[in-house]
Amino acid sequence: MNWLTNFVRPKIQQLVRPKEVPDNLWHKCPECGHMIFHRELEKNMRVCTHCGHHMRLPVKQRLEMLFDDGAYKRIELPKVTEDPLRFRDVKKYADRIKDARSKTGEHDAMVVAHGTMGGNAVVIAAFDFSFMGGSMGMAVGEALNAAAELSVAQDAPLIVVPASGGARMQEGILSLMQMARTTVAVDKVKEKGLPYIVLLTDPTTGGVTASFAMLGDIHVAEPGAVIGFAGARVIENTIRETLPEGFQRAEYLRDHGMVDMVVPRHELRARLSALIDLLRNRGPVGEVVPLHRNGAYSDVEQRLKDAHEAAKPAPSPEPGA
Amino acid sequence: MNFLDFEKPIAELEGKIEDLRHMGDGDGLNIAEEVARLQTKVEKRLREIYSKLTPWQKTQVARHPDRPHCLGYVAALVEDFQPLAGDRGFAEDAAVIGGIGRFRGRSVMVIGQEKGHDTESRVKHNFGMAKPEGYRKARRLMEMADRFGLPIVTLVDTAGAYPGVGAEERGQAEAIARSIETCLNVRVPLVSVIIGEGGSGGAIALATGNVVMMLEHSVYSVISPEGCASILWRSGEQAQAAAEALKLTAQDLKRLAVIDEIIAEPLGGAHRAPDVAMKDVADAIDRHLHDLVRLDPGVLRARRRDKFLAMGRQGIE
Repeated sequence: MNWLTNFVRPKIQQLVRPKEVPDNLWHKCPECGHMIFHRELEKNMRVCTHCGHHMRLPVKQRLEMLFDDGAYKRIELPKVTEDPLRFRDVKKYADRIKDARSKTGEHDAMVVAHGTMGGNAVVIAAFDFSFMGGSMGMAVGEALNAAAELSVAQDAPLIVVPASGGARMQEGILSLMQMARTTVAVDKVKEKGLPYIVLLTDPTTGGVTASFAMLGDIHVAEPGAVIGFAGARVIENTIRETLPEGFQRAEYLRDHGMVDMVVPRHELRARLSALIDLLRNRGPVGEVVPLHRNGAYSDVEQRLKDAHEAAKPAPSPEPGA
Repeated sequence: MNFLDFEKPIAELEGKIEDLRHMGDGDGLNIAEEVARLQTKVEKRLREIYSKLTPWQKTQVARHPDRPHCLGYVAALVEDFQPLAGDRGFAEDAAVIGGIGRFRGRSVMVIGQEKGHDTESRVKHNFGMAKPEGYRKARRLMEMADRFGLPIVTLVDTAGAYPGVGAEERGQAEAIARSIETCLNVRVPLVSVIIGEGGSGGAIALATGNVVMMLEHSVYSVISPEGCASILWRSGEQAQAAAEALKLTAQDLKRLAVIDEIIAEPLGGAHRAPDVAMKDVADAIDRHLHDLVRLDPGVLRARRRDKFLAMGRQGIE
């Protein structure tokens, strides 16, 4: 494992691989069965135009839809020890990672980026579900820690977007330890008084849910997203009965008090921006203070002074009056 | 005594000893001498078997029904124990034991999972699988300990958090997350011991301590070997292979620097001499508490957080 195999080879493979010609230009909605033209589906942020079903969104598009004008900067993430347990099931973990890297072009299951959202600087740490089911191992722990540090350094809110099956079994106990580690990481953001918002997307389960994903100041979820701790199959096998309608879906979690709001994809950026504005007690960004004609700030200064005067508490009445 | 598969030779020897004891003296055979000879043999075999237990065998020892459980430790080690119940929101969860008591002269908060020892008590304690209210109770008690400056001792022994509809509805994930967060936040010493099975999120919820120790034959893992095998091998029969791959033994975890100390078990496992095992655990806890109570509350918290923040930057080299 080195730079050549991890980085150069996947890049080359990406180059030489034949351009994927979509053999099927029509997508079938898994919910209502409606056929949607692929371009139309992409334009609609992978939300079914017929029934509103939210399909999973690749991490790149996720970032584009959240940041203003789709513009953001990714940060380079610290490298971690590869395959710490030399894990092997029917396949070597080292090979699984290699495959995931060449398939996704990503280094691991979390991407950290910064930019603005509704004019506010924000840091977003988003899971890439296509990278080994978005599982959390040491690299994700390290990435989330880096995101938290960036958020503190930039005095910017942190938004985490889980899309994960849970802990990465192939890293054994070290993946379990990421639950504690990520908890400390997001606490750093909260301790600074910065908003920490979790945007729960399909799916958010296992160790990810049972750590930082349930520790947000505000929990926002996409419609229909599966969110839970234990897998539905495991529960079914334990209780030996069928699960209730809508079990572990975003709306179900909201109704049971675990999620603040379920917000359709199209409204996410506006809603998240509003939340951040309100939490940080800032006016809507639309209102820009005009610069004085000759470039001086006197006008601004006067306005600030007026605002300051207006904010002063009224003189308290005399005692006994 | 319940014997595990790999303990067959020992079961045979001990059976013979029993028989001899029933025979009594007088057949020209010196029974006492023969018993002593067989006993030495048992010890030798035990030493052989227990010095090279496979990870899967250790998993079985960790789950041994006769292994001392949380309530056993509390009864043996904590004087004037006052059990405290309830999460103040929904219910009492008997899977999690919690309360204040005197440990070696020191007032402490003890929290742990109890699996039960017979059908009735297993059902009562839900086999040691806590529901959200169990973790919320743990959190409440940790916060109470924090308020009164009492050191916290956690005894971890669970297959995992309970997977059920009600548990999910009431926020199992959130309850675990908050419990971890509280472990990381308290400003009192927190010493955790994995006394049997450390099952995934349900275990780490109580095991984020300043010092985390494991009994020699206990296990601690992100997923049970059976669960791992059924997902990655697509066959529950590969649990043995999964146990190997997961590196879930105390020895592996010490090497990975995930735990701080291994507490040696009596020959043949804690279930063969529970009193000795419990005393050794108590000695280890006491030794660490002795040092930790001298630290400034802020330092205790900061060190714990730094320790877990650094965890998993390194693998087995």
